[in-house]
Amino acid sequence: MKNFRTCSLIMGLFLLASKGLAQPSANEILDRVDRNTYSETSILESSMTINGRRGSRTMTVRTYSVGDTQSFSEYLSPPRDAGTKMLKLEDQLWIYSPATDRIIQISGHMLRQSVMGSDLSYEDLMEDRKLTDVYEAEFLGEETMDGRPAYVLHLKARVPDLAYDSRKIWIDAERFVPLREDLFAKSGQLLKKTIFSDVKQIDGRWYPTTMVFKDMLKQGDGTEFKVLTIRFNEDIPEHIFSKASLRR
Amino acid sequence: MIKFLIKGLIRDKSRSRLPIIVVTIGVFLTVWLHAYIKGFMGETIELNARFTHGHVKVMTRAYAEEMNQLPNDLALLDVSSLMEDLSQQFPDMEWAERIQFGGLLDVPDEQGETRAQGPAAGMGLDLLSKDSREAERLGLERVLVRGSLPEQPGEALISEVFSKKMDIQPGDEITLIASSMNGSMVMYNFKVSGTLSFGVEMLDRGTILADIEDIRMALDMQDAAGEIIGFLGGGYYEDKLAKETAGAFNAQYEEDPDEFAPVMKTLGQQGSMDTYIQMAGVWSYYISLVFIFAMGLVLWNAGLLGGLRRYGEVGVRLAMGEEKGHIYRTMIYESVIIGLVGSVIGTSLGLLLAWYMETHGINIEGMMDGASMMMPNTIRCRITPPDFYLGFIPGVLSTVIGTALSGIGIYKRQTAKLFKELEA
Repeated sequence: MKNFRTCSLIMGLFLLASKGLAQPSANEILDRVDRNTYSETSILESSMTINGRRGSRTMTVRTYSVGDTQSFSEYLSPPRDAGTKMLKLEDQLWIYSPATDRIIQISGHMLRQSVMGSDLSYEDLMEDRKLTDVYEAEFLGEETMDGRPAYVLHLKARVPDLAYDSRKIWIDAERFVPLREDLFAKSGQLLKKTIFSDVKQIDGRWYPTTMVFKDMLKQGDGTEFKVLTIRFNEDIPEHIFSKASLRR
Repeated sequence: MIKFLIKGLIRDKSRSRLPIIVVTIGVFLTVWLHAYIKGFMGETIELNARFTHGHVKVMTRAYAEEMNQLPNDLALLDVSSLMEDLSQQFPDMEWAERIQFGGLLDVPDEQGETRAQGPAAGMGLDLLSKDSREAERLGLERVLVRGSLPEQPGEALISEVFSKKMDIQPGDEITLIASSMNGSMVMYNFKVSGTLSFGVEMLDRGTILADIEDIRMALDMQDAAGEIIGFLGGGYYEDKLAKETAGAFNAQYEEDPDEFAPVMKTLGQQGSMDTYIQMAGVWSYYISLVFIFAMGLVLWNAGLLGGLRRYGEVGVRLAMGEEKGHIYRTMIYESVIIGLVGSVIGTSLGLLLAWYMETHGINIEGMMDGASMMMPNTIRCRITPPDFYLGFIPGVLSTVIGTALSGIGIYKRQTAKLFKELEA
């Protein structure tokens, strides 16, 4: 009897230990996600298809980013939007419109406006910080999402200036990329929903190349964001991240 | 007998002149005041109609559901053809395309970077077409403080308060930042041609007005408009007529399931205007009722006094053997004639003044300086069907009732006593 109790205790401890080894903590999961999605620099060409109530339209954008502080985007098509440029430096955002030859700083409530009529706001574009830097993660459980095992985490803001106070995020348990994300306001209202798919291995990291953003307060079928090409950790000339380059 | 009575009234001026003058004045005031109340109440409704609601407004069904948010992504398309259809179907009405929008006005510094920025509520309306009545409709000349109205594309008017706050002068360039019809953020440069002061905080806070073609260019709304507003031929809002017009228009699209099919809403069906129109109607009714009642009392009193004044005459007639009932009836007939004559003259004079004030109005612009609310600068009357018969209620009824009451005394007098009275 004594031996049986000892064996049970050892087996229980073993099971606990093995479980602890197999399943990383919530913050570790988040850190693995950051390592996949965050890079020192990136050059991204993407298409954004906005599915509105009156039809769809697609635009293409080239974006240069350095960490979470500098980003420069140029709209390549359609012709009406081509030449529009956006520059983000730290927490400031400027937009250049070739039609008016004006550089306008976007601030205050304008940051909550939709980008080009999409389901994304300028605030969403501004938010490039690592999730681990701004959210406290709590493990909620495991689920299967589109046939993939996924960890479900609840993220609660730990800095005051975030667009979304909390998030519920489904993370691929093997590739550590987000599969779905629900974004909530402080009141608990669901504001946006994002579905990530077409996960590909690029430069040794898993990266979702299709994202569908849905602003829950807006009608329409959401905005589909497709990564056409992406290069990580490439050298980007410093002059790109200057206001002078907006007019070039 | 009527002829005899009329002759009597004409020959004995003391029996007719003063009573007719009193009735005429009373009826004149009743008719004119009713038309004035209708006109004043209506003018406030008309101001709202001219600025935002129209007498009727055509939008897409989807736009109509969210019209408070000015959802230009749900705007009407192919507007020129719709305008033609409306003009053909309702030839007596005036139609105007409008685009209302919200956005930011950005003022550049010498380097072309943001110097000042503020929220703006704007409207695109036809300011440059030769036959457009939009500038006149909004009284833009009157509220212009500095500069001039737009004379060419690319010019805009902004509120005086906003121009001072942002330190903008006529001739300066500003940039409008707004959402295009498909939701993109758009920028468009305007040259400020002039500044406006409506005297209403809501409008003076940050208004920008520009020609609709410029706004179409700015918001990527080619041949589109958020709204087409219509004005009834009479120039005044008639709820019943507006409903009939809207009903006739909407019947054409009843079978169309498209959420972007046009729908016509009357002024009373937009926002809180329904309550206001009903309130204005009730107010107008009660004010008129109180005045008619007051005038009724005055005229009744006049009739009463007129009857009592003829105490001696009645005594003589009774002494001469005239029947009490006959005297009473002739006095009633006389009061009917006096009431009718006074009412006809009073109604005619009241309608004449009301017509003059409806056509020309009385300009009180000088009294409106510094006014803090949107009020009409011209007082106008409005003649409605009740004005043609309303004055007869106090004019005839009160005079007759007054005479009838005073005449009751006839039956209390005894012939035997009359001779003593006459001797005395």
